[in-house]
Amino acid sequence: MEFTLPKEIETLKRIVRDFVKNEVEPVAMEIEEKNEIPQRVIDLAKELGLFGISIPEEYGGLGLSMVGKCAIYEEIGKTHNGFTSLIGAHTGIGTVGIVQLGTEEQKKRYLPKMASGQWIGAFALTEPSAGSNAAAIKTTAVRKGDRYIINGSKHYITNARDAHVFTVMAVTDPAKGPKGITSFIVERDFPGFIVGKTEKKMGLHGSHSCELFFEDLEVPVENVLGKEGEGYFNALKILTEGRAGLAARNLGSCQYLLDRSIQYAMERVQFGKPIIEQQAVLHMLADMALDIEALRSMTYRVAWMVDQGIKVIKEAAMVKLFGSEVYNRVADKAVQIHGGLGYSAEYPIERFYRDARITKIYEGTSEIQRNIIGTQLIKEYKKKG
Amino acid sequence: MNILVCLKQTFDTEEKITLENGRINEEGVEFVINPYDEYAVEEAIKLKEQFGGEVTVITIGPERAEQALRTAMAMGADKGVIVDIEDLGDNVDEHTIAQVLAATIKEEDLAFDIILCGYMAIDDGSAQVGPRLAELLEIPHISTITKLTIDGNKVTVDKDVEGDVEVIESTLPILVTAQQGLNEPRYPSLPGIMKAKKKPLTRLELDDLDLDEEEIVAKTETIEVFLPPKKQAGKILQGELVDQAKELVHLLRNEAKVI
Repeated sequence: MEFTLPKEIETLKRIVRDFVKNEVEPVAMEIEEKNEIPQRVIDLAKELGLFGISIPEEYGGLGLSMVGKCAIYEEIGKTHNGFTSLIGAHTGIGTVGIVQLGTEEQKKRYLPKMASGQWIGAFALTEPSAGSNAAAIKTTAVRKGDRYIINGSKHYITNARDAHVFTVMAVTDPAKGPKGITSFIVERDFPGFIVGKTEKKMGLHGSHSCELFFEDLEVPVENVLGKEGEGYFNALKILTEGRAGLAARNLGSCQYLLDRSIQYAMERVQFGKPIIEQQAVLHMLADMALDIEALRSMTYRVAWMVDQGIKVIKEAAMVKLFGSEVYNRVADKAVQIHGGLGYSAEYPIERFYRDARITKIYEGTSEIQRNIIGTQLIKEYKKKG
Repeated sequence: MNILVCLKQTFDTEEKITLENGRINEEGVEFVINPYDEYAVEEAIKLKEQFGGEVTVITIGPERAEQALRTAMAMGADKGVIVDIEDLGDNVDEHTIAQVLAATIKEEDLAFDIILCGYMAIDDGSAQVGPRLAELLEIPHISTITKLTIDGNKVTVDKDVEGDVEVIESTLPILVTAQQGLNEPRYPSLPGIMKAKKKPLTRLELDDLDLDEEEIVAKTETIEVFLPPKKQAGKILQGELVDQAKELVHLLRNEAKVI
């Protein structure tokens, strides 16, 4: 058993921590108020190489292992989740499909520009009538000569306002159900691609999700990602591997909240002593730390399993579910410990409380994760006979 | 242009110093490149960008100090040399460090037009190693610089003199030490860190150097290590202004004993 990070990953982690602390944290309130990440921060993140962490070195990225990526995600989780989401969605579901399933030509065309952050990536699966039931998407793609003609719409697409490259799922053979779905790489300026209004959200300000409309959208056949008819399974694979990363982002946010809560509990005096001396408060902190420790172990173990090539369908669902639930529990306690200040919009705690809520919904709801875990349990049981 | 940078790995500026058995406790501590040395690294890379050439970073320290060199390489330095002198134990001071650095430059045959150091390390704050090294190498040195211009062989610097600026001219080869304000160090890029892994690093020990241990051991002795006394809470005087003034004078004379 080995529980330490490789040296160079420690160094990367440290650099990202400094960057987050010195460049992102100071503008976190500004991001929240203006619902916009300052261009300077995005440019610095590009220079730093943050947009390329999931892309192999030969295409200009870092080629990090899942453990390495999680170490970085944990650090970028320690600040405004709008920023976390921009980087997380781009380096996760926005690029991983092309990295894993792309042809050499596709990789050469897209990855270098995505690694530098010149082209932002997004993942377009969800539709108004197909959320958790992803196989029910209605967007169609019909082949005409050397192109596909795509019609339909998507919504809640993270990064859509600014993205250039979209991994789009569409039905190529309605008769085949999930086996009739294909994934495509779609560029923003392809004819017939329309970005709709930016959604107004409870949290994740500064991260912009939009509707997408495809009106006879023309996509060249060479932009099919993976094989025709495998789009649904591709999507599940991309989502599955992203789950440890999502948990790592939540882990970072939880650690931030715990650190702030301890600091506040030591400074805040009521009844003549710091509130950390009240057992009720100390126990809340202990529970937060316990949850976080369990999440940390689970996150890095699943990441390690991904790196070993071990199938992680059940474990990825577990870590996604657990990470989201822990984040919500920790945020709730952090608000409670901070009292009125925790509820005040002048202070960052309530923002995390709102941002935590989406983690139980996006990239597979908590209920869907439980379904996946349950299905896997049955499969495992039957296998044992 | 051949550029050398001497740097030290120090405690992160945000670390709290704790003592254990009369020694500074290093357990669980984060280490960084000494911030003044970071200015030196940045300036070296800028010189390389301007004139071409090679930047070599040198450090003396335990194995963990490699990380400081790798970070400097991720910023743009080309190669590194790390010298382990743990054999000397605590018998090390600025005299030792300067001797070892000079011997390393000789042993490794490191050609240099300019050597950059931080003007001091934030841990022991002695500000001696740079000037001592220049003396041993018999080259000129200018400390606490805030601006550096090189034109052919001519070197022009702004030197910080207690908040004032002195403009000094000299010639290469030279050793300069960096003061805050010289530049804004870049973040090492993440791809830079991955590439830094593969850049050449030479490890040396005392035995590899042409040095007489007797001659390089510390010339100073540390008698005791202790933390400064805790700051007392301030006193707020009350009452009529005249009485307050009298009380203040009384306290300054009899309690603080400063007048």
